[in-house]
Amino acid sequence: MSILELRDVHRTHGKGDTAVHALRGVTLTVSPGELVAVMGPSGSGKSTLLNLAGGLDAPSQGDVVVEGSVLGGLNRQQLAAVRRRRVGYVFQDLNLLPSLTAAENVGLPLELDGMSLRKTRQAALVALEEVGLAHLAQRFPDEMSGGQQQRVAIARALVGDRRLVLADEPTGALDSQTGESVLKLLRARVDAGAAGVLVTHEARHAAWADRVVFLRDGLIVDTSGPLDEPEQLLTPGVGA
Amino acid sequence: MSVKHGLLALLERGARYGYQLRAEFEQATGGTWPLNIGQVYTTLSRLERDGLVRALPESDGGQRPFEITPAGRTELSTWFTTPIRQADRPRDELAIKLSLALTTPGVDVHQVVQRQRSATMRTLQEYTRLKASADTVTDLAWRLVLDAMVFQSEAEVRWLDHCEASLARFAPIPVPSPASSAADEEHAEQKESTR
Repeated sequence: MSILELRDVHRTHGKGDTAVHALRGVTLTVSPGELVAVMGPSGSGKSTLLNLAGGLDAPSQGDVVVEGSVLGGLNRQQLAAVRRRRVGYVFQDLNLLPSLTAAENVGLPLELDGMSLRKTRQAALVALEEVGLAHLAQRFPDEMSGGQQQRVAIARALVGDRRLVLADEPTGALDSQTGESVLKLLRARVDAGAAGVLVTHEARHAAWADRVVFLRDGLIVDTSGPLDEPEQLLTPGVGA
Repeated sequence: MSVKHGLLALLERGARYGYQLRAEFEQATGGTWPLNIGQVYTTLSRLERDGLVRALPESDGGQRPFEITPAGRTELSTWFTTPIRQADRPRDELAIKLSLALTTPGVDVHQVVQRQRSATMRTLQEYTRLKASADTVTDLAWRLVLDAMVFQSEAEVRWLDHCEASLARFAPIPVPSPASSAADEEHAEQKESTR
């Protein structure tokens, strides 16, 4: 079963002559173990797509289905529960709370969901371990480097049993090596069975995905999957 | 890069015979540039003719090693210290194709851009997969070769994005294809004659 499904999703802001059609009929399925990158120029609908997939926004038409639940059919409490339990978000703007330690930031979604403090802390440490930062669990965000803060934000997106990870330009202003380590973490969680959607305008980052979807004016215009014959890359003269 | 300079660089490590040079050359380029043994021997005999390498006596196993000469060392040093000139690289077929697509009747430039972007993206995905499976420490040379290809592909995608943005901003008037303009004229003539 797919983890995320967008079925002929439209999103229109405003009405009449001034209406802006951010998405105009997007259909997309993301399966477990699959990372899909979404590329496109500014205003093509990338972030709208991600907000709809995470239940942060509702489509004007069409359905968004997360692990079998049609988000449009849920009440506010149910939708909030999906966001807290099943979906992990990584934004360019990290949104780490400065007054909380790394472990507290990471455990926050679980704590809000009513999990006991002890279990929350355990889960937070597991997630921090996954991103290689268990030793900095007690640090506050301003005591960490930009790359470390980004990894804390990723740990927060991965904490608990989240099977849908949504990332909007997650490498932000990081240098290329640190940015790559962020993508490796995302890739590892997806390889372990999650589904991921990565919005980016950097081809080098999109290349970590299994599929790259090109969005133009609210429509998917093309998709690029893996090569049929990878060995064709290794011919004389390549890279010369 | 020429095979000639590659072999000289390998011989700078010490005397080598043909099969050794082939294996080490492929290792150094991460297997992206397979050589056949014939190419190695042809290049070695040219290098010997030009006084850049010297053949040593045959070993007991019947292998004939070569060593680099002082002239070869000078040639190698010149190669390493001279930047590669843009003019020495092959012409960029893609840039030429796109510029012709813009001015050739009946060609959908947007489609040319998108098809290329999709293909380049696919290649980039494959390089990234190879890179992810390479070991950072033991495969450093291989990873750096892959990185070069990753950056080249990325630059191509960025340039294609730029082309698309420019097309949207300064959209030229489409040039009709000769076939469709002939059909239009025919259609116009027919309309004319029915009046």
